[in-house]
Amino acid sequence: MNNNLQQQHDRTMVRVQQGLVRRYRQEKRFQRIGLGAIVLGLVFVSFLFISIIANGYTAFQQTYVKLDINFDPELIAPVGETDPEVLSKANYGGLVKKTMREMFPDVSSRREKKVLYGLVSTGASYQLRDMVMQDPALIGTRQSVWVPADDDVDMLIKGHIDLNVPESDRRIKNNQMVWIQSLQAEDRIEKRFNTTFFTAGDSREPELSGIKGAVHGSFFTLMICLLISFPVGVAAAVYLEEFAPKNRWTDIIEVNINNLAAVPSIVFGLLGLAVFINFFGLPRSVPLVGGLVLALMTLPTIIIASRAALKSVPPSIREAALGVGASPMQTITHHVLPLAMPGMLTGTIIGMAQALGETAPLLMIGMVAFIVDIPGGPFDPSAVLPVQIYLWADSPERAFVERTSAAIMVLLAFLISMNLLAVWLRKKFERRW
Amino acid sequence: MEELVNESGVVAKPLNPEAATEVDMQASYEQHGSGTVGEIYVNDPRMTCRNVNVYYGEKQAIFDVNLDIGKNQVISMIGPSGCGKSTFLRCLNRMNDTIDVCRVTGQIKMDDQDIYDDGLDVVPLRASVGMVFQKPNPFPKSIYDNIAYGPRIHGLSDNARHLDEIVESSLTRAGLWEEVKDRMDQPGTGLSGGQQQRLCIARAIAVSPEVILMDEPCSALDPIATAKIEELIDELRENYTIAIVTHSMQQAARVSQRTAYFHLGKLIEVGETDQIFTNPRHKLTEDYITGRFG
Repeated sequence: MNNNLQQQHDRTMVRVQQGLVRRYRQEKRFQRIGLGAIVLGLVFVSFLFISIIANGYTAFQQTYVKLDINFDPELIAPVGETDPEVLSKANYGGLVKKTMREMFPDVSSRREKKVLYGLVSTGASYQLRDMVMQDPALIGTRQSVWVPADDDVDMLIKGHIDLNVPESDRRIKNNQMVWIQSLQAEDRIEKRFNTTFFTAGDSREPELSGIKGAVHGSFFTLMICLLISFPVGVAAAVYLEEFAPKNRWTDIIEVNINNLAAVPSIVFGLLGLAVFINFFGLPRSVPLVGGLVLALMTLPTIIIASRAALKSVPPSIREAALGVGASPMQTITHHVLPLAMPGMLTGTIIGMAQALGETAPLLMIGMVAFIVDIPGGPFDPSAVLPVQIYLWADSPERAFVERTSAAIMVLLAFLISMNLLAVWLRKKFERRW
Repeated sequence: MEELVNESGVVAKPLNPEAATEVDMQASYEQHGSGTVGEIYVNDPRMTCRNVNVYYGEKQAIFDVNLDIGKNQVISMIGPSGCGKSTFLRCLNRMNDTIDVCRVTGQIKMDDQDIYDDGLDVVPLRASVGMVFQKPNPFPKSIYDNIAYGPRIHGLSDNARHLDEIVESSLTRAGLWEEVKDRMDQPGTGLSGGQQQRLCIARAIAVSPEVILMDEPCSALDPIATAKIEELIDELRENYTIAIVTHSMQQAARVSQRTAYFHLGKLIEVGETDQIFTNPRHKLTEDYITGRFG
């Protein structure tokens, strides 16, 4: 009997030993697969960042041309004129053209002159107007002014134009090359930090376009979205988690909320179009409607995150509060909500980050319009960052390519900082009980 | 309603516990309708429970319990796991209300007021029937705020100094004042387990209840902390009525004057602690205390 047991034991040990090698091999393989997945993910992310940054970093610089402008009273207004009406209507374009003609006296034909004028941005005349409006004493003087170069010149200076292709296929012709080289020889061409990119709205001219309008639009849209979705989401979560009876109706509501979180965002755009614009008659293209639509979209995220946060508050805290005679309302406002708030905020920030990057629903409510003015409030027509990126990506000019990437970088910076904030909040307030 | 709200924490002169446990001669040594052996009645009850049944949905957890809880004495409830002693305890301050499917029938009176009366508000009830839980559950706030929370929400203090006094006297009565007086603004969760539990007791007595319910208050504590809590329970008996659920028969024997033995949702036997542990009348009680099951 004893002998028999001993034999069985020996047999078991042999089998276990045989199996061990296989088990360890499996474990190793499993680990390697996991590691491989992570490496693959990191490779893709770094590809994304490298390509965006490589494409976009040049957009933060802009080529400027130095012009010696003679603020000719004949072309603007008599010396001493201060009436803004007169000053704003003066012919600054002519001023720029005249300066260009003086710099290149050899250019004579009408067509060549037109090409010559095209070396500097059409924004140059606005810049001169602003200068004169601000300081009318400039009239009659001679000033060196740095004006933005045309986007084609900018691209050439940044090396984005291949000079080996035939002239007919190039945006910069040979005669322009000659002029540019002579400007360079006189140190009249310089790359500077592109402040316009951060201070201007959209424009047809790449060198005059910026993201400020889109950033403002995104800000107003997110504010509306936050103001609506956070209180509504938290209230819904608190009711469902703390007060609602657990029955079939609340089950149905819960299932529906989870389903809503998975509804394609463009459907929310259609809903917004039908309800807010067609039924309530709210204006198109405004952050108010955008915010409302995004609030609908983020509500499920916030409700789900808030309910999870409420669930994670230990019941012992509730019992403790109820045990000293706090009413359910006091228990929630004094104890449960403060403890659940970090989780709720984390969920809200993640929802907001999602909303910030959302494009499709906003296309449906007309936020895809070309808007030059920088919106001053949630009722002004505006674009948002992702839609701006979409618009620029659609533009044919080579200079918009780098601006698209630069705008993506700005958007990613916002998203990353929002997510970092969420992580920081979570770490800071993790498990206080 | 009125009689439920304890007046300003002034506690009645301690009664002679021996007198309180004196049995109603009619009831003693008889089997009651509910099948309970022993003396379910006391002469001077703080709370009286009659024909209490508790259901969780379809399932009945407590069967027809009749029990008096005498003034200024400690009654301990013992029994194997799942016998319903905690459920019964939580009926006494209506903590079971928080469970949707839980239904309580019968009558539980506190000073002639039916606590399950429709018109009765649980807030004053819980202010006069405090509770200490199995796991110490201080609020994640400062020690001071833990104690001050109850008085604050009930508006018990006239001014900040009065509140300070309430906090100090509660902590003193819970035997914790000397240990924490220099760190009142530190979180209550930073204390040791035993200190946390005494903090919870202090929190319960800060609102001047008449009855304190304790649901296995020492099961998460080490023997030294347990000894301190037991000592404290004995001191508190002078001013409060205490009902304690415990898994430890030694603890029941040490701290309580009366003991109730629950088995499968039924109150099997109740009587003076000495008698229950030395001379149990019911076979089940005897089996339990001699360690045959449980």
